[in-house]
Amino acid sequence: MSKIGQYINKHKHLKDKLKQIHETQPFIKQNKMDVPKGMYEQCPKCEQTINKKDIIQNHFVCQHCGHHFRMRAIDRISDLVDPDSFIEKGIGYITLNPLYQEGYEEKIMAYKKATSLDEAYVYGYAKIHNQPCVIGVMDSYFLMGSMGSVVGEKVTKSFEYAIYKRLPLIIFTASGGARMQEGIFSLMQMSKTSSAAAKLAKMGLLYISVLTHPTTGGVTASFASLGDIILAEPSALIGFAGPRVIEQTIKQTLPEGFQTSEFLLEKGFVDRVVHRKNMKDVLSKLLVFHRRYQT
Amino acid sequence: MKKTILDKEKQLNDLENKINALDDSGRLTSLKQEIENFKKTEMSQLNAWDRVLLARHPKRPKAKDFIDYLSPDFIELHGDRNFRDDPSIIGGIGSIGGEVFTIIAQQKGQTTDENILRNFAMPHPEGYRKALRLMKQAEKFKRPILTLIDTPGAYPGIGAEERGQGQAIANNLFEMSNLSVPVISIIIGEGGSGGALAIGFANKMFMLENAVFSVLSPEGYASILWKDASKAKEAAEVMKITAQDLLDFDIIDGMIPEPVGGAHHKPELVFKNTKDLILQTLASLKRLNAFEIQYQRNHRVRNFGFLQRFNYDNLGGNYNESHKNIGHR
Repeated sequence: MSKIGQYINKHKHLKDKLKQIHETQPFIKQNKMDVPKGMYEQCPKCEQTINKKDIIQNHFVCQHCGHHFRMRAIDRISDLVDPDSFIEKGIGYITLNPLYQEGYEEKIMAYKKATSLDEAYVYGYAKIHNQPCVIGVMDSYFLMGSMGSVVGEKVTKSFEYAIYKRLPLIIFTASGGARMQEGIFSLMQMSKTSSAAAKLAKMGLLYISVLTHPTTGGVTASFASLGDIILAEPSALIGFAGPRVIEQTIKQTLPEGFQTSEFLLEKGFVDRVVHRKNMKDVLSKLLVFHRRYQT
Repeated sequence: MKKTILDKEKQLNDLENKINALDDSGRLTSLKQEIENFKKTEMSQLNAWDRVLLARHPKRPKAKDFIDYLSPDFIELHGDRNFRDDPSIIGGIGSIGGEVFTIIAQQKGQTTDENILRNFAMPHPEGYRKALRLMKQAEKFKRPILTLIDTPGAYPGIGAEERGQGQAIANNLFEMSNLSVPVISIIIGEGGSGGALAIGFANKMFMLENAVFSVLSPEGYASILWKDASKAKEAAEVMKITAQDLLDFDIIDGMIPEPVGGAHHKPELVFKNTKDLILQTLASLKRLNAFEIQYQRNHRVRNFGFLQRFNYDNLGGNYNESHKNIGHR
């Protein structure tokens, strides 16, 4: 029996507890845009108070200064794809605690309750302006969208699902990097997802990676940077090392605009910076250009 | 406070100095006995933090020492053909036991000056691109690849970010998954995060007994999760970063034993063990054809993960195990 099997056997009580909580929690509600609790919110950039309904109608962008708010995965999907077209895949993964980190399970449960997500990544089949594709979205509200075993597995599965269905794949990344609580397993997800991306490329399928705020660490250094086409949202933080780590290493403050999407565009690591209101049109155009004639 | 391996090493040195200063034969044998006992009891009981200290030990054999022993005819090749040559990664061609390898290694310095030149073995993107260039070259000439990993991590700096550190690592992983020649990786010291993985996507991965391989340094782990960098010692224990732990998790394929007190006490022994293991592994990998080599490498990483999936057949999304067919198509 594998080590993981042994672990699961040893901790059966844990499995039952996880399963119980998992089953009482609802899965992501499809195509339902929630109006957040407070009716007004302050834009962190221009400090104007905006009605939440206006924010939602304006694709989660501040109508005054164009600040892009962070988006939950469910909001992103319902904002982007055709109504009623999203079918979630890869349901039922359970996060385990390989390092026996105290309080990790509770933390995951709390995030599950708060976000009603399985994990920090959701993927499924969807249509964008009637173009079928596989879409995957990371949710930065779930433990900073960090990549642990389950996120890595689901990302890999989304590549494999795209291969299985011969469909193009779009992934929206938003992650703080590898999940430290899962130690070496998080790190190995980097090679796993990159290997899956290589498999997709070999099949001649399109992979569009859309970098949103924030994309750093192990996600930048694996599947986020491997898109055939890499798009980015305006003024998103994108980089390998976090700005604080760099400041500590070189012991000086970083220049203005360092590690933003515009910076990466200038340095040549991003194909386009796309405003959120144009995202759907740009993606659907790209999908049409790469449409395959199916037999 | 409990003694770390470095304290114990000092103690051992004191004992050995006592012997050298002595010429009384009766006392000599008793001291020698004391040393043997000390080695057996104290020096061989290492916790994870001791292994971290040994992996970072200034006297620990570095990649160049390994290369000098393994492949005396090694020819170093420089540059990524794009920006510059990164001295923190050594690359070149050499023969090991009659087999020609492309060798890529992260080199820490022996002295402070060399350490500054080598940037403490923290590569920039151009280092990874040089490594990739040499790996592609190896594939062209059907040479197996050996990578020796010893780095605290990829360098976090302005220049590195400007030149796409993340993209360089991602691209290495992407291209390495497609290589049709055997890749053998050995972690000889510190295996720090993505910086180590970027040349470590291998068919077989091994570790020295006192090497460590982790998602981030114990100091970083303690300061991020516990807001206290001084708890690094406790962090090292919980992070499961030693060779034995990773062997238990099936992350690595084997462990190369070290002499009591670390590799720097009897380097030749470690070099010899390493050489034997490399040749043995290559012999087994040579039986596979190019496609099988590629498949084995990708299949190895496909299984990494610590998770469970329940069978939610009624909820859709059920295409279990479909990935197993895809590789064969």
